[in-house]
Amino acid sequence: MRKVSRLSRFNVASLALGLAFLYLPILILVIYSFNASRLVTVWGGWSLRWYHEFFNDRAMIEAAWMSLRVAVSSATIATLLGTLSAVALSRGERFRGRTLFSGMLYAPLVMPEVITGLSLLLLFVALNAERGFWTVTIAHTTLTMCFVAVVVQSRLGSLDRSLEEAAMDLGCDPMRAFVAVTLPLIAPAIVAGWMLAFTLSLDDLVIASFTTGPGSATLPIRIYSEVRLGVKPEINAICTLVIALIAVVIVIASLASKLSSAQGESAAPL
Amino acid sequence: MSSRRIFARPARFAAIAPYVWMVLFFLVPFGFVLKISLSQTAIAQPPYEPVFDLAAGWGAIKAAFAALSLDNFRLLASDDIYLFAYERSLAVAVTATVLLLLIGYPIAYGMARLPKRWQAVAMVLVIVPFWTSFLIRIYAWINILQHDGLLNRILLALHLVSQPVVWLSTDSAMYIGIVYSYLPFMILPLYATLAKMEPMLEEAASDLGAPRWQVFWLVTFPLSLPGVGAGVLLCFIPIVGEFVIPDLLAGSNSLMIGQTLWLEFFTNKDWPVASAAAIVLLVVLLLPLLLYERLQKRQLEQGR
Repeated sequence: MRKVSRLSRFNVASLALGLAFLYLPILILVIYSFNASRLVTVWGGWSLRWYHEFFNDRAMIEAAWMSLRVAVSSATIATLLGTLSAVALSRGERFRGRTLFSGMLYAPLVMPEVITGLSLLLLFVALNAERGFWTVTIAHTTLTMCFVAVVVQSRLGSLDRSLEEAAMDLGCDPMRAFVAVTLPLIAPAIVAGWMLAFTLSLDDLVIASFTTGPGSATLPIRIYSEVRLGVKPEINAICTLVIALIAVVIVIASLASKLSSAQGESAAPL
Repeated sequence: MSSRRIFARPARFAAIAPYVWMVLFFLVPFGFVLKISLSQTAIAQPPYEPVFDLAAGWGAIKAAFAALSLDNFRLLASDDIYLFAYERSLAVAVTATVLLLLIGYPIAYGMARLPKRWQAVAMVLVIVPFWTSFLIRIYAWINILQHDGLLNRILLALHLVSQPVVWLSTDSAMYIGIVYSYLPFMILPLYATLAKMEPMLEEAASDLGAPRWQVFWLVTFPLSLPGVGAGVLLCFIPIVGEFVIPDLLAGSNSLMIGQTLWLEFFTNKDWPVASAAAIVLLVVLLLPLLLYERLQKRQLEQGR
């Protein structure tokens, strides 16, 4: 009866403050990337100067290109492996080594990155693998497939299993039922998983630092070494570009999940 | 029932590829960390003396086991730098997690009380910053916290301080950075349990005459404990091993363990000690990790 007025003034205030806290710093960063002044704290009018600077910075562009390639390839492999894991865990019932499997999948979600990075590097050194694009891609795949698995698994868990059963009662073999019924239903989660893997890979500094070799720095590695030297307006511009790219990715992901929301409520988790 | 079984078999085959991948790139590497943590430091490339070579047969393995040394661990236990680093990491993680809970709970609570339609919007708004780069978010704070940054100028304009406050390279800056970066991880699990809660329980308590704070303490909070547990673990574990935030925002006179590990590895090139530090960190985090896994499994596998 009193459902409408459950929101107290305290609730509204904490929400407003919380969201302001989350968004203001990013907003300030974006605004200052258009600052004409070389001094980062003095406003000197609007300008695209620092974007121009970035596009003429070869090393930075190369790092960005490397990051993009790693993000696309690792996200793709991770989506494939993560989806397979999710299917195995939520539809495979019991199989040998299941506990170990789910343990290995959930641990990297919270494992400190220094540990994951160091351990992978030691493996690559032991295998005598040349470090660069592929080692970073493998490292990122290992981390992000776990996130994909969780996203897809939670979608699989909320699916009505009788749909798959109906398909099989009507004569589909399991493979066919999966492709014709399950896959379209979990497609938005798979898309969201890919996007998440992509942004996580684009973002990662620690694991990439451990697993990359000389001469193939990713964008976060370059940004990090610049940031350690202090604030530079060019970095504001690069960060704004990355934010814009991620914003596009989020819009696509949310459109994908919107398309599917007609087929059942699905609050895409992290 | 039976159709479910038929489905189960091919689904199990789906596990093969990711299983092999995770064993190869997640499990096996820990073996190498363990092995190298027991090796001697050497000035070479790679900078450690390999302790055993599986190709050389049993004799070599036996000899190698005899040569294994706990020296690196002894070093860790005897050197104050490392002990301080572990102590500081745990202290920082505890403080930051408490701060996160205190700040995140009211936000999650507010979200859960919004009308249904607005809840979805609020959730997207909380998730979006999580998608933007970690490094960029820390960098944004460096902008704000620097000597003549926005925060100091606001404080000066409001006459709250008479001269600029030093924010960068202090613990306060680090805590701001940690809270800012991990807030979504705390809010989302809290929101998930609070949103599922039956509002009638709270209403019943207040109808029976309980004042507001009592309704909260005796009904709402206890019921939200699973979310509190998930949020706390989701923040605490990675914060203990955090590297980027303390490195960029905190001062360099007291390091966290993630930083010492990084330093040993990249600056001192002492891989065995770095590995030993990683093993100790892993042991420290084992209990929270196991707790977290159980929680995650229960949530994902027993349906909601």
